[in-house]
Amino acid sequence: MSLNKIVSVVTTFLVTFLFSGTIAFANGIYSAEPEQIGFMEPATEVMRDIVEFHHGLLIMCILVSLFVLSLMIYIFIKFNAKANPTPSTTTHHTGLEVVWTTLPIIILLVIAIPSFKLLYKEDVIPESDITVKVIGNQWYWTYEYPDYDDFSFDSVMLNEEDAAAAGYPRLLGTDNHIVVPVNKTIRMIVTANDVIHSWAVPAFGVKIDGVPGKLNETWFNAEREGIYYGQCSELCGKDHGFMPIMVEVVSEEKYNAWIEMAREEYASNKTDNLTRVALNDALPAHQVKEGIAK
Amino acid sequence: MSNEAHGIPTGWRRWVLSTNHKDIGTMYLIFAIFAGIIGGAFSGLMRGELMEPGIHFLTMFTNGDIEAAKHFFNVLITGHGLIMVFFMVMPALIGGFGNWFVPIMIGAPDMAFPRMNNISFWLLPAAIALLVLSTMMEGATYPGVGAGWTVYAPLATSGHTGPAVDLAIFSLHLAGASSIMGAINFICTIFNMRAPGMTLHKMPLFVWSVLVTVFLLLLSLPVLAGAITMLLTDRNFGTHFFDAAGGGDPILYQHLFWFFGHPEVYILILPGFGLVSHIISTFSRKPIFGYLGMAYAMVAIGVVGFVVWAHHMYTVGMDVDTKAYFTAATMVIAVPTGIKIFSWLATMWGGSIKFETPMLFALGMIFLFTIGGVTGVVLANAGVDTAMHDTYYVVAHFHYTMSMGALFSMFAGWYYWIGKISGKPYPQLVSKIHFWLTFIGVNVIFFPQHFLGLAGMPRRIPDYPDAYAYWNYVSTVGYMITGVGTIFFLIGVVMTLRSKERVGDNQWGEGATTLEWTLSSPPPFHQFNELPKIK
Repeated sequence: MSLNKIVSVVTTFLVTFLFSGTIAFANGIYSAEPEQIGFMEPATEVMRDIVEFHHGLLIMCILVSLFVLSLMIYIFIKFNAKANPTPSTTTHHTGLEVVWTTLPIIILLVIAIPSFKLLYKEDVIPESDITVKVIGNQWYWTYEYPDYDDFSFDSVMLNEEDAAAAGYPRLLGTDNHIVVPVNKTIRMIVTANDVIHSWAVPAFGVKIDGVPGKLNETWFNAEREGIYYGQCSELCGKDHGFMPIMVEVVSEEKYNAWIEMAREEYASNKTDNLTRVALNDALPAHQVKEGIAK
Repeated sequence: MSNEAHGIPTGWRRWVLSTNHKDIGTMYLIFAIFAGIIGGAFSGLMRGELMEPGIHFLTMFTNGDIEAAKHFFNVLITGHGLIMVFFMVMPALIGGFGNWFVPIMIGAPDMAFPRMNNISFWLLPAAIALLVLSTMMEGATYPGVGAGWTVYAPLATSGHTGPAVDLAIFSLHLAGASSIMGAINFICTIFNMRAPGMTLHKMPLFVWSVLVTVFLLLLSLPVLAGAITMLLTDRNFGTHFFDAAGGGDPILYQHLFWFFGHPEVYILILPGFGLVSHIISTFSRKPIFGYLGMAYAMVAIGVVGFVVWAHHMYTVGMDVDTKAYFTAATMVIAVPTGIKIFSWLATMWGGSIKFETPMLFALGMIFLFTIGGVTGVVLANAGVDTAMHDTYYVVAHFHYTMSMGALFSMFAGWYYWIGKISGKPYPQLVSKIHFWLTFIGVNVIFFPQHFLGLAGMPRRIPDYPDAYAYWNYVSTVGYMITGVGTIFFLIGVVMTLRSKERVGDNQWGEGATTLEWTLSSPPPFHQFNELPKIK
């Protein structure tokens, strides 16, 4: 392969890698694409910032790796036993050692400044419009809307046939899912009932553990309508891979209509859920499962 | 042998009652190879299941029961992690090569406490037996521990009601006790038994690396032992250390675990750093560049390695300032690591390089560890880690550092020293085929996992959304290539041991300057009855 060809292959690869996050999703369904090599299409400002910052880091990664690789190749050609039969005896060069200590420090400082900016932007929760509570269970999620009389519902993965019938991707579709309005700041309160789970939606740049006995907070502000998928991201037992997260982002009007519908449909679930939480607190761990079964 | 205080023990007594550092080192190496085959087979079952979407493969082992297969997958990931960490890498690098060559390199006749050395080794077969037994005991609903090698509470307490986790905890207790005793032994040996003239600043880098490693072991393992003992009492005696309902805190377990767990990953890689330094220097026919910088870079990695643990826990809901601190501290580690990489390159610069098999593995380690290092800098940033945490990106990162960093340095050490250990040469062609298949194979396995991670595929799942099928398939093909490479390794082992040829005292010529090359191959049963003088 000629040098030109190699260069063109590498550039094509890098371009696809760096910009794969910007492929538009026409169908309004946001999950990974086959053979995808980069991030999912970001749907929040935070995720866009993450993708952008990661591009910078990726360029650093590629440059450092290529620098080390090219030095190695140069050394192999120039200093192999045939080309250089008598080795030098140099074992010190203070200047060089100072350079390769300080240069990485400078690179790290350059990384650290935007890194902290991003971290604080992600982590400091702005004034929120709507609060949704998420409770992780083995192996489904329970959602509560405390702003609307605390109605709550469970979200369980659909089996292969039902998902196909509903038009959702396999392993990602759920029977019920949360609906939130577009361009509003949603505060998520995340906890768990039994073991640790993690509520994650890659397109939002959100991932936060649900820990029994603790309330964690995170937020997102989705910029586009559509259905967004995520999966539990902390090993939680046998069906850890089978408790997906499904978030539908809709217009304000549709959201209000959904709230009216959901308030009625899920109203009866309220006490049900409270009992289960109480049950969990009262019984030793090994009896909980039987308790729920009853 | 007339000057021996006693005859050389023979038969089973030579091994079971052994107090000889070389025999114990040999047993450690054999143990590590067997454990590596088991751990590697576990990953083969995992990759087999992940080759295509759906659960089709592991059901062959569970009589077609899909629910049991899902749990079996979790048992496999748990077993793979624990076996590779505690029963493969640590026994090979510290127990095996450390036992064999630390005393020789410092001009000592044996380890400081030869009998303790014996029990350090013999606790390991008991430990792995308990771990294997745990896979057959009741765990959650199905047999075995499916809580990951991290055994987080409450999944490992209320999430696993059967006795499997208890056996796994006992297994870790034994492995931990074995390592703590080994650590004490190495520290006493290195501080007290150096030959006259062998000052700390003249010590070979492999000895430095083991010294730093065993200090990490001594300081971190008791924390793990405490944490898993608390798990044990939470499980069986009604304590609530990690149970929020009783006033405990599940996150406390994670802090304790990673206070051990992070130094542990440096424990796995530091001896490899030391080994690679010798190999690079030997085959470049040049002394190591920046010796003091190399030694103190390892000390720095060891020290800083103790204050970065919570970068494994960015999503548990920590305070933002805490995350900022751990981001900064973690990135600092890139500096001493960079010093090591550049010093290796500078060692080769101006050298007269021979590409023997150990050198190939050492060079592969340097480049692939660099890739694992830069993705480590990416992951260090708490802001970006929100997207990567618990995805395959992390799996790719730590396999580049461990499966390529630690494993390649182990293979490098094997080919570098097997002539010294056995007195017989390794087969040239077979060992080179082993290198190239492994090099290509591991990259095909783990490079695409970066893509899967960026695209959001979570770790530790037996089945995945269909979009992730392509790179998972590629990854499994990489496993098959690596698997064939491993067969060539085993063929090479057998060919070496059956070889009629013999190697001389110094197989590698003038580049090999440490004391083991002044002895016969294999060295006498007791070396240095008269201590060598170091100029």
